[in-house]
Amino acid sequence: MTEVAIVGVGLHPFGRFPDRSAIEMGAMAARSALADAGATWQQVQFAFGGSYEVDNPDAVVNLLGLTGIPFTDVYNGCATAASALSLAAQTIRLGEHDLGIAIGMDKHLPGAFTSDPVQYSLPSWYGDLGLFLTPKFFAMKIQRYMHDHGITPASLARVAAKNYRNGALNPNAFRRKPLSEEAILGSRMVNDPLTQYMFCSPDEGAAAVVLCRADQAHRYTDTPVFLRAAEVRTRRLGAFEVHSPSTPLEPADAPTVDASRAAYERAGIGPEDVDVIQLQDTDAGAEVIHLAENGFCADGDQEKLLAEGATEIGGALPVNTDGGLIANGEPIGASGLRQVHEIVLQLRGTAGDRQVPNRPRVGYTQLYGAPGTAGVSILTT
Amino acid sequence: MTVVPIADGLFTWPADEPSLLGSSCDACSHLSFPVRPGCPRCGSTAATVRPLGRHGTLWTWTSQEFRPPSPPYTGPGDDRNFEPYYVGYVELPGELRVEAHLTDFGDDRPVIGQPVELVVVPFAENADGDTVVTYAFAPSKEVVAHD
Repeated sequence: MTEVAIVGVGLHPFGRFPDRSAIEMGAMAARSALADAGATWQQVQFAFGGSYEVDNPDAVVNLLGLTGIPFTDVYNGCATAASALSLAAQTIRLGEHDLGIAIGMDKHLPGAFTSDPVQYSLPSWYGDLGLFLTPKFFAMKIQRYMHDHGITPASLARVAAKNYRNGALNPNAFRRKPLSEEAILGSRMVNDPLTQYMFCSPDEGAAAVVLCRADQAHRYTDTPVFLRAAEVRTRRLGAFEVHSPSTPLEPADAPTVDASRAAYERAGIGPEDVDVIQLQDTDAGAEVIHLAENGFCADGDQEKLLAEGATEIGGALPVNTDGGLIANGEPIGASGLRQVHEIVLQLRGTAGDRQVPNRPRVGYTQLYGAPGTAGVSILTT
Repeated sequence: MTVVPIADGLFTWPADEPSLLGSSCDACSHLSFPVRPGCPRCGSTAATVRPLGRHGTLWTWTSQEFRPPSPPYTGPGDDRNFEPYYVGYVELPGELRVEAHLTDFGDDRPVIGQPVELVVVPFAENADGDTVVTYAFAPSKEVVAHD
């Protein structure tokens, strides 16, 4: 089967940009990715675009050029970018096209996401009661996890402090000020045990990735990064998931576990081979849980690993080296492509102040979002 | 003043000892809450409504310390006078875990594993001036016999 290479990545900084539309940010990220690949928009044969706020991400062609290519819009909640990446990779694997682009863009208002529960096949009363909210789900998942596996609030603060510290090294990040663990623990309680500075914020930004047939990668770059797997999974009955008025007593693995196993299998790579990791840190607790759900440690080992600094840039398991969602915020459509952007820089050895030492060769990204959708990708030099 | 439930068919009401209403799939016996038109296990659309147990244990919880965005939230007050509350998942033995507001905890933090029981409590006032009531779980008042 045809293999897939990433030959260009581009990012519009994440943050707040009052005078710029999401579509404009998407176009800027796309131009940046094309320039990185040494390719032109006219060479691009297909595109996938992801956004929550923008009805038609494909309208970005108004700014890039009306070339007539197939341009498919996708939306899968916080896993939107995983769908764009996965479908773009499949298009190349299947031999349909040789060169394409995945673009994600968004522009959210501050505050928790909300919508109509009826659109999620949920009853209206679920929204009336204030239960149709994601932050309290994440709080309840980590609350139970801490109870079962001996994770302390200090570990949650360590995760957030590490991500702010990494964000301070990333010129594209939204939050670039380091915060102490004391300040994080002492900030306003939002949903016990999660405080204000343990959560990411919805914000604005865009990212793009140019993909091609691996055997043509040399036309564009001397440092291709190969996309070994890009898998998306939805929840199975029994998984404890966001937006659930009830859940069965018999447990099932989270969709992240399913996507992760499928990605390792496709790539022929195991968690022990991974050198640099991007995880969905909607909140500090999510990063703790996702370390285990993606196979990087056993449940409960995070307490010791975090105390030892294992997930720091210089540690054995560097996680969210660009600051993750906590420092970058979450423009939903772009978030997962930001993760890929960071992994590509790390594998090229061009991540600057936040470069993981000893030339990492294998990178990993994971997304998770409502209503229980996960995406995992594995990339190698 | 009239008292109305937040939704019809959600719990038995009026009742001295109200129960949540679930649906048991006629094809595979999978139990769902709330009553729903498609079974999440087998997809069958035939189901039988049945009351759920009123007593359980707290499986997990959190505090809601900011006012949920409105709409869809229809609770009382506004951002300035919002009163934080607890929510959680309650495990009903042999049935399932249900998400609910937690009530009557006073100054006590909820504790995973503690016994709780179903109550129906005032939630808000609607546009007609009716008192809207909802289900919630409160610390169990049942005296547990110890041998």
